[in-house]
Amino acid sequence: MPMFKLSQEGIHFIQQEMKRYETKLSAVIPALYRVQQENGGWVSSECVTYLSQLMKISESKIYEALTFYTLFNKKPVGPLHIQVCCNITCAMLGGRELLKKLKHHFSNKNSVCTFSAVECLGSCDTAPVIQINREPYIENANEEKAIEIIEKRSTSFIKNKEQ
Amino acid sequence: MEYKLLTKHYDKKEYRTLKGYLQYDGYSTLKKALKVEPKKIVQMVKDSGLRGRGGAGFPTGVKWGFLPDNNEPRYLLCNADEGEPGTFKDRMMMEKAPHQLIEGMLISAWAIESHKSYIYIRGEYTDSIQIIEQAIQEARTAGFIGDRICGSSFNHEMDIYIGAGAYICGEETGMISSIEGKKGFPKLKPPFPAVKGYLEKPTIVNNVETLAAVIPIIKEGPEKYKAIGTPRSTGTKIFSVSGNVLKPGNYEVPLGYPLMDMINNLCGGLRNRLKAVIPGGSSAPVLTAEECEKALLDYENLSDLGSMLGSGAIIVIDDSNCMVDILSVIMNFYHHESCGQCTPCREGTGWLDQIITNILKGKAQVQDLDLIQNISHNMMGKTICALADAAALPAISFVTKFKDEFIKNIQKQNRSSKKELQYA
Repeated sequence: MPMFKLSQEGIHFIQQEMKRYETKLSAVIPALYRVQQENGGWVSSECVTYLSQLMKISESKIYEALTFYTLFNKKPVGPLHIQVCCNITCAMLGGRELLKKLKHHFSNKNSVCTFSAVECLGSCDTAPVIQINREPYIENANEEKAIEIIEKRSTSFIKNKEQ
Repeated sequence: MEYKLLTKHYDKKEYRTLKGYLQYDGYSTLKKALKVEPKKIVQMVKDSGLRGRGGAGFPTGVKWGFLPDNNEPRYLLCNADEGEPGTFKDRMMMEKAPHQLIEGMLISAWAIESHKSYIYIRGEYTDSIQIIEQAIQEARTAGFIGDRICGSSFNHEMDIYIGAGAYICGEETGMISSIEGKKGFPKLKPPFPAVKGYLEKPTIVNNVETLAAVIPIIKEGPEKYKAIGTPRSTGTKIFSVSGNVLKPGNYEVPLGYPLMDMINNLCGGLRNRLKAVIPGGSSAPVLTAEECEKALLDYENLSDLGSMLGSGAIIVIDDSNCMVDILSVIMNFYHHESCGQCTPCREGTGWLDQIITNILKGKAQVQDLDLIQNISHNMMGKTICALADAAALPAISFVTKFKDEFIKNIQKQNRSSKKELQYA
């Protein structure tokens, strides 16, 4: 596997973040976000080694944050990470069934999507709610609506990649 | 009736921008406050009776009064890590009225003599992050943030910090650990954050809604604010209503408003029959339909009913729902979100989750209901933060108030699993 490297802008971003807060350590979370974004949606052990050298912070400190927070993926995910809220209100209004149906619908034909349940997204008045990556929510989601949006997103993603 | 003190201009799109906010008298209260001595503002907030809107309901002015009288730098942290299942009032405020939050923070910062504040926003709230970042930029350009604000001697810097998905970071000391770049472990109190908080410096952590509520208190005076609500639960509160009501959403009412009026009048009622209500987010003990009839939405009344106002997240449950199923969702959540620091919570949430799941899967016995009670009581008050209590309280209330349903579920499941065995 080729060594992970951030883009010039990425390096600049992290250097700025290290000056932004009172302590350098506070920049670990923003740095992990950036690395995840540039590494196709997840943080590998190579990323941690790289970040540790760049920030001059021990790997253990970086792992401490990486493994604690759920928005960082420790395993590869598809470019479209589809997160369905399955907490109380969403569960009552069909979130769990929706996740199952979506997983089933996209099980064979689509490899760009990873599906997972997510904790309350704070949009219970429009339950059930779906968030793709870190984008604005899909509100009042149902099977039909969600499949349509995900299919559209998948096709445009594949098209962009081919170009 | 709704009483719109903080949500009055939510429907006006221009209110999100500085220009629009100024049209509605925005930042005029800050200018007024900067002419008043900080200690007097603290006193006004104390007099108003304002209590924390994030969940614990601790009097805000009293919290501010805990700051030590020394020259150490002080920090103000705004808790925008809204993670309590059922709550969506802070997200709405950040998206619809970002400058209201910033103005409230600036007045509060002046009152507690802080020169640096952070807004800790949960990572999932991408819209809020963008809107608040832009609003801070606008406010800085207009001279409301920075040096010599509005020509006064007050200097203040404001920034945001983005969380990364951890319910526990909504606990104030967990949030401090997180913003320091560590895992979000809560810290033992005392020392309280007001004495030793962010980087061991005096720190005040307040919820989004609490900070915004400081504006009407200073603008109209504490007496006028105090006249709203009940004697001990003063002012208005934004309630996030969701679940089986026809018109879910955020509703701002005076504290002490009847729960059933909220459900039937403001939220359009239910399609089916009311079965239960969780009145204050997932941590609040559930109320039966009968208890709901007499429930008033204020700190004292809900506490008298054995529940709590919490963050003001009202989840309405109709009779098409299975209470065992709902409790399993809640327990699964707490098991997932326990930070693992204290044994009673780490193990207790896991056991509760497993037992309730067993009941759902037909692998439980009636005695397991006693076990749930036993475990819950052994979790409460034995940990660094309140997450263990937040998991134990709903468990106890569900199992006690809907005991028949739990027993029926166990017996029905046992019968059907026996049948399966016979035919297997």
